[in-house]
Amino acid sequence: MHSTSKEPLFHISKRDGISRPKAWGIRLISVLLGLLVSGIVVFLIVKLNPVSVYVSMFLGNFGNKGRTWNMVRDMMILTCIAVGLAPAFKMRFWNIGAEGQMLVGGIVTAFFMIKCPTMNPVLLFICMIVGSIALGGIWGLIPGFFKAQWNTNETLFTLMMNYIAIQFTSFCVSKWENPFGSNTVGIINSKTKIGWIGNMFKAGYNSDFAWTVVIVLAVCVLVYVYMTYTKQGYEISVVGDSENTALYAGIRVKNVYMRTMAISGAICGFSGFLAVSAVSHTISTSTANGRGFTAIIVAWLAKMNPFVMILISALLTFLDKGAVQIASDFGLNEYASQIIMGIMLLFILGSEFFINYSVHFRKKSKEVA
Amino acid sequence: MLQFLTSFPSLLHSAVIFGTVIMLGALGEILAEKGGNLNLGVPGIMYFGGIAGLASTFMYENVYCANAGKTPSVVICVVLCLVCSFAAAAFGGLIFSVLTTTLRANQNVTGLTITILGSGVGNFFGGSLNKLAGGVGQVSVETTSKAFRAYVAPLVTSLDSVTGKLGLGTLLFSYGFLTYVAIVIAIVLWYFFKKTRTGLCLRSVGENPGTADAAGISVTKYKYLSTIIGAGISGLGGTYYVMVYIRGTWENQKTIESLGWLAVALVIFATWKPIRSIWGAYLFGVLYWAYFYIPNLTRSSQEIFKMIPYIVTLGVLLMVSFRRKKEDQPPASLGQSYFREER
Repeated sequence: MHSTSKEPLFHISKRDGISRPKAWGIRLISVLLGLLVSGIVVFLIVKLNPVSVYVSMFLGNFGNKGRTWNMVRDMMILTCIAVGLAPAFKMRFWNIGAEGQMLVGGIVTAFFMIKCPTMNPVLLFICMIVGSIALGGIWGLIPGFFKAQWNTNETLFTLMMNYIAIQFTSFCVSKWENPFGSNTVGIINSKTKIGWIGNMFKAGYNSDFAWTVVIVLAVCVLVYVYMTYTKQGYEISVVGDSENTALYAGIRVKNVYMRTMAISGAICGFSGFLAVSAVSHTISTSTANGRGFTAIIVAWLAKMNPFVMILISALLTFLDKGAVQIASDFGLNEYASQIIMGIMLLFILGSEFFINYSVHFRKKSKEVA
Repeated sequence: MLQFLTSFPSLLHSAVIFGTVIMLGALGEILAEKGGNLNLGVPGIMYFGGIAGLASTFMYENVYCANAGKTPSVVICVVLCLVCSFAAAAFGGLIFSVLTTTLRANQNVTGLTITILGSGVGNFFGGSLNKLAGGVGQVSVETTSKAFRAYVAPLVTSLDSVTGKLGLGTLLFSYGFLTYVAIVIAIVLWYFFKKTRTGLCLRSVGENPGTADAAGISVTKYKYLSTIIGAGISGLGGTYYVMVYIRGTWENQKTIESLGWLAVALVIFATWKPIRSIWGAYLFGVLYWAYFYIPNLTRSSQEIFKMIPYIVTLGVLLMVSFRRKKEDQPPASLGQSYFREER
C-alpha cells in the first residue's frame, strides 16, 4: 500500500563542511551564471553581441594606464569601506550607515583643505586624518551607544544617520560653494594641490593612486590582525555568536558594542578622507555615491575577511567601470552598470545557499501502479 | 509669519501628494515586516513600480495608439499602468522571497541588492524612454497622468465657495483616486492585522516563526505572500510618484530612492501601524515642504530643514526603545531568516 504522506520532491540538509575548492567552484559557477544572465538581458535590451560587450567591459577597465589606475583606486576605496564594516558585522551589528560615516569623514577633510591652506602640510594632514577618523567614529558610536544601552534597532538607526549626513553634506556644499551660485564645491585647491595626498611628499599625479593602494592594504592587514589575533577581536566574535555566552564569560558586552562601532565608523570616516584627499579632491553628496551600501554586500560576501574583500571589490568595480564603458561605446545610459551589478550580486548571494546546504532530490519512485 | 499662515492650505495640499507616495511605500513594507521580512529593497521596488507603469502606458499611448491613429482609452491606460506596476514590483518581492526565504540569504544584503538593481532598471529604461521621446524629461504620458490626477471638479469648487479662504474642497477632494485608495489600503491592512485570523497568523509568523510553525501555520507561504503583495503595494507608491508627483514623465535623479528610504523611515515612525502611517505620511509631507513656505530661508538652512523628517524618525525610534511598550515594538523576528532545522 502507498503511504498517505508523500515524500517531498527534494529535501535540504545542512552541510557539515565543504572543501574549499568546491566552495569556490560553486561561487565561480554563480559568477558565470550571473554573467550569462546579464549577457542575455543586455542582448534582449539592445540586441548587441554579448561577447563584444564583455570585450568592451574589459577595455573599460584595462584599456590604458589611466583606466587601470582608476579601476584599482576605486576598488581600494570600496575595500576600505567594507573593511571598516567588517568588525561591526562580525559582531552581528548591522551597521548600514557606512554611507553617512564616510560622508562626515569627507566633510572634515574638505573643511581643512578649504579653510586651512596655509597650515604646515604635515600638521594639515594630521588634522584631516584625525578629524575624519574622529567624526566618523562618533557617527558610528551614536547608534552603538543606543544599541548598548537601550537595544535600539541599529539597522534602522544607522540608516537614518545616513540621511542626516547627506543633508549635512548638502548644507556644507552650499556654504562652501565655489564659484558662488554653482552649488558645487569644485576641485579644492586645484592649482596649489594643498591637502592632496599625493602632494604630501611632493610627488607626481599618480602617487595619489599609489598612496591609496598602500594605505588601504595597510588598513586591511591591521583589521585582519585586530580581528584574528587580539583579545578585542575575539570578544567581537563571541558577542557576534552569542550575546549570552559573552555575558557569561564576563565580557562587557555594552563596551564591546560601543568600542567596535566607534572603530567601524572611524575606518569608514577614514575612507571618506581617502575619497576626498586622494581621489575626487571635492566634496558632494555623491562622494559616497552608494558605495557605503555596496560595501555592505562586499563585506558580507567576503565573510568579513579583508583580503577576500579586495577580490570582491575588484569584481564589482570591474563590472561598474566596464558597464560605464559599454554605455559610452554603444550609446546606452550608464545605469546599465547597476542592472548588471544587481543581477550578479543576486546570483552570488543565492550561491551561498548551495555552499551551506546540500539538496537531495527524491529518488525515482519505483511503485508505479 | 502671516505669509506662512495664509499659505498653509497650499502646504497641506503638497504634503498630501508627497505623503501618499511614501504612505504607499510604507504600507507595503509594513505588510512585509509584519511577516518578519525586513525588505530594504523598498526603494528599488518603488523604481520597479514607477518604471513599469510609465513604460507600459508609454508603449500604449505614444507607440500603439499614436501609430494606429487612435485616441488612447483612459480606462485601458489606468488599468494597464496599475497592473504592470503592481506586477513588476511584486516580481521584486518575489526575488527577495526566493533569496531570503528559500535560499536563506541575509535579508539586509538581499534588500540592498534589490535597491541597486531597481534603481538601475528604473533609470536605465527611464533614460531610454526619454531618449526615444527626444531628450531629458521629454517622455510624457498625458492621458494616463491626467487620469491619475483627475478629481470631481464641481464638488471641489462648490465646497471651496462655501468654505472661502480655507479652501476645504481643494484640501479634501482635489486629489487623484490613488490618494484615497492609499487610505483605504491602510484601513484594510489595519482590519486585516487586527480582526482577521489570517492577519493574526501573519503576525505570529513575524513574532515567532518557530511557534507559528509548530501551530501548523505555513511560515514559507505567509512570508512569500506578505512580501510579494507588500512589494506590489510599495510599487504603487512609485507609480503615484511618476504619474501624479512629476506628472507622467521621468527624471534621472535619485528622488525615488530617497523617497523609498523615507518610506522605510515612515514604517518606524508609524511603529508598524497602518493607520498611524496615514497621518505620519502627511506630517512627513509638511516637514518636507515646510522650507518652501517659510520666507527668506537661505539655501543652506533649507538643507538643514530637509533633515527634520529623519531626525523626527530617530526620535521615535529612540522613544520606542526607551519605553518598551509592547504594542510599539518591531516584530520580534524582524530581519531574521527562519530555518526549521536550526531552531
